[in-house]
Amino acid sequence: MAKFKVVHYINQFYAGIGGEEKADHMPEAIKGAVGPGLAFQAAFGEQAEIVATIVCGDSFYNENMEKARETILGMVKQCSPDLFVAGPAFNAGRYGVACGDIASSVQNSLGVKALSGMYLENPGVDLYKKSIYLIETKNSAVDMRNAIKKMVSLGLKLLKSEEILTPQEEGYLKRGFRKNYFADKRGSHRAIDMLIQKMKKDPFTTEFAMPTFDRVNPNPAIKDMSQTKIAIVTSGGIVPKGNPDHIESSSASKYGKYDISKFRDLTDQDHETAHGGYDPTFANLDSDRVIPVDVLRDMEKEGRIGELFNFFYATTGNGTSVANAKAFAAEIAKDLISNDVQAVILTST
Amino acid sequence: MRLELRDILIKNIQFGDVSEIKNHTLYVNRQDIESLVMEDEHIKEVLIDIARPGEEVRITPVKDVIEPRVKIDSDTGMFPGVISKVRTVGTGKTNVLKGSAVVTSGRIVGFQEGIIDMTGEGAKYTPFSETNNLVLVCHCHDQIKAQDHEKSVRLAGIKVANFIGELSIGLEPDQVAVYETLPLLQNILKYPDLPKVAYVQMLQSQGLLHDTHVYGVDAKNIIPTILYPTELMDGAIMSGNCVSACDKNTTYHHQNNCVVHDLYKKHGTEINFVGVIITNENVYLADKERSSDWTAKLAEFLGVDGVIISQEGFGNPDTDLIMNCKKIEEKGIDTVIITDEYAGRDGASQPLADADEKANAVVTGGNANELVILKPMKKVMGHMEFIDKIAGGFNGNVAEDGTITIELQAIIGATNEIGFNKLSARDY
Repeated sequence: MAKFKVVHYINQFYAGIGGEEKADHMPEAIKGAVGPGLAFQAAFGEQAEIVATIVCGDSFYNENMEKARETILGMVKQCSPDLFVAGPAFNAGRYGVACGDIASSVQNSLGVKALSGMYLENPGVDLYKKSIYLIETKNSAVDMRNAIKKMVSLGLKLLKSEEILTPQEEGYLKRGFRKNYFADKRGSHRAIDMLIQKMKKDPFTTEFAMPTFDRVNPNPAIKDMSQTKIAIVTSGGIVPKGNPDHIESSSASKYGKYDISKFRDLTDQDHETAHGGYDPTFANLDSDRVIPVDVLRDMEKEGRIGELFNFFYATTGNGTSVANAKAFAAEIAKDLISNDVQAVILTST
Repeated sequence: MRLELRDILIKNIQFGDVSEIKNHTLYVNRQDIESLVMEDEHIKEVLIDIARPGEEVRITPVKDVIEPRVKIDSDTGMFPGVISKVRTVGTGKTNVLKGSAVVTSGRIVGFQEGIIDMTGEGAKYTPFSETNNLVLVCHCHDQIKAQDHEKSVRLAGIKVANFIGELSIGLEPDQVAVYETLPLLQNILKYPDLPKVAYVQMLQSQGLLHDTHVYGVDAKNIIPTILYPTELMDGAIMSGNCVSACDKNTTYHHQNNCVVHDLYKKHGTEINFVGVIITNENVYLADKERSSDWTAKLAEFLGVDGVIISQEGFGNPDTDLIMNCKKIEEKGIDTVIITDEYAGRDGASQPLADADEKANAVVTGGNANELVILKPMKKVMGHMEFIDKIAGGFNGNVAEDGTITIELQAIIGATNEIGFNKLSARDY
C-alpha cells in the first residue's frame, strides 16, 4: 500500500527561522519534515509521509489573512496530500488562529482532511473547533510528545476513515455537537444514580451542561405609530392554504414570505397553519388569530398605524433549531430593512 | 398503599375462535374486538392486525400504546373515571399481560403521531418493537371533529386493552412483585436515616393531541397533587396526547413508569421514596406560575431531600421544566431533571428552549432531530401517506424504493423523558 501523503504547517519559530523578530516571514514550502515534523514523521512511521512543510510567520498570517490563506492553499494543492496537520500551537494565540484558519480552509476548499492541536484557552479554539478536530494540549511545548502522539493517532483514523470516538477517548477538544449514543442503563436509572450522588454532595456528571442564553433587549418604544410601516413575522406556521413551500410541521428548514396585499381578512378558504406543535383547529378556522391581519387593516384604515407591509414571513417554531431560527431571522431582518419596514409584530404560538 | 403486580408472560398473539390465553399465547377472536370498537358511533371501520417482534412490519401513524391489565380481588377497575368507576386504585392485585400491547392507529388527527417498526434500524429506538402488538387501525366517519376523533380512538384502545386484560382472570402469574408505599409519616419513621425522595411527573396538557387524563380529569384542569406510586400502575394516568411521537408518554409508559419502578428498587436501602407529585404543562403563563409554585410547595411540604423531575414534550414545556427545577432548588431540595434535546440534525444547535444554571443535573433521552433511515417494510399497518407530514418528516423524505429518512422525533418513545430507554446524547 502506498503511503499517505501529509502536509505539515508550522510557524517561523518551530521552523527554526527566528522568534518575534521573524514573525513577518512570508509563506514558504519546504520539502519533507521540519522541526516538530520530524517527531510527527517518526510517529507516522511507514503509514504516512510528510511530503512538505509549510512555514509562515504568525504576524504575517494574522495581518494578511486572505493573502496568506490563498498562497498557502496554492502550495498545499500542488502537493495533493491526504491529510493536513497544523501545529500544535499550544497557548500561542496568533499561531493558534493561523493553524485553525489554514487547516479549516484546506478542509473546506480542497476537501483534504485536516487537524490541529492547541490549549483550551487558545483563541483559535472557539473559532475553529466546529470546523476541524483540535487535539487538546497543555499550554506549552513541554507537552509536544504527548500532543504529537494523539494528533498522529487521530490523523491516521481520519486517513483510514475510521470511526472517531468521543473527545475523551481521542483527546480532542469538544466541538459543540450533540450526538446520540446508547448508554449502559436506562434514563430513569441514570437519573436516580445522579440524584443520590447529588444529595450526598459527591461529584456527578450532568449529561447536558446548561447553555448560556443570548437575551435580546427590545428597542425603545415607537412614539408615533401613525407614521410607521409594520410587518408581521410569525413562528406560528401560518401559510397560504396548501402550504406551497412545504414548510415542515416541526424542525423547519425554511421560512416563507407571503403576499397579503389583497387580503383584508384571513379565512379558512385561503390560509392555514403548518405548525405541528399546537391544536391547529382555531388557527385553521381563522388565521388572523395567529397573525392579526384583520385588526391591522382596520387600524391602517383608521390611521392608527402608517401601513401594513405587503408581505408576512412565517415558519414553524416547533422543534426548529436555534441555529436555523437565527439564520432565518438574519435574512428576514435584511429584507425588512430594505423594504423600509420600521416595526415588526412577532407572534409565536 | 400496597399493590401486587402479577405478570402473565405473553410470548405470542394469534387470531382464534375464542378469545383466551393459553400457554403464554394470547388468542384473539376478531369479532370480539370488532364489536367492542364498533360500539362507538364515530368509528365506521376497524382493521385488526398483529405485529410481533422481528416481523417486517411498520405501524403508522400510531396514537397510543396500552398494556392489557386487570384488577382482581377488587371492586375497583383499570382506568378509573374513564371506563371504570372513579374509585382510588393502586391497592390489591393486578394482572399484567407482560409482553403484549394494544396499539391504536388510523388516519391522522394531527401532525404528531408516530412510527413503530418491528425490525430494522427503527426498531432499536422504540420499546414497542419488543412487545407482541394487537394493532387497531380505526377509521372514523368523515367530517368528524378532531376532538371526537381523538377521543374515539383513545377509548377504543383502552376498551380493547381492558377486554384482553380480563381474559387473564383466574390465571396463575409467572412472576409476582409487590410495591408498597406507607402513609407519609409512617414512611419517614420507618427509614429515618435515608434521604427522602419524591418524583415530580410533568403531564402534557397543551391542548388537542397534547392532553393527559388523571382519573378521567383533563390534566389542564388540575392543580398539582400527590399520588401513591402504585396508582399509576392501575391506570390512574392515561395518555390522550400525541406530542411528538418520540417524547410523549403513551399510556403504556404511564402504567410502567420506570422512574417509579427504579425508585422502588432503591427504596429502603439507599433512599426513602415517599410519593409522586403530578403537575401539568399548560400554555398560559399564569398556569405555569401556579403549577410550578405548587410543585415546589408540595415538595417542601413532603419534606423531601431530593426529587426527580420528568418532562413530557419539548419547546413550550421546557419553560415549565426549568420553572419547576428552579423553584424546587430554591427550597433547598436537590433536583435531577429528565428531558430530551432538539439540537438540530447536525447536533450543533442549542438543544433546549429554556435553561437555568440551577439545572445542573440533567439526564437526556437524546437529540430528537437526529436523522434515522428506515428501510421499507413488507407490511404497513395504517397509512404511509402522512410520513412526510408528521413531526420529524419533511417534503421528499421518501425515496423511490420506499426508504424513509426521518428524524428520531417520529419514532414512538425514541427520546422518552421518563427515562424509559438507554438512548442519551453527549458532546462531540
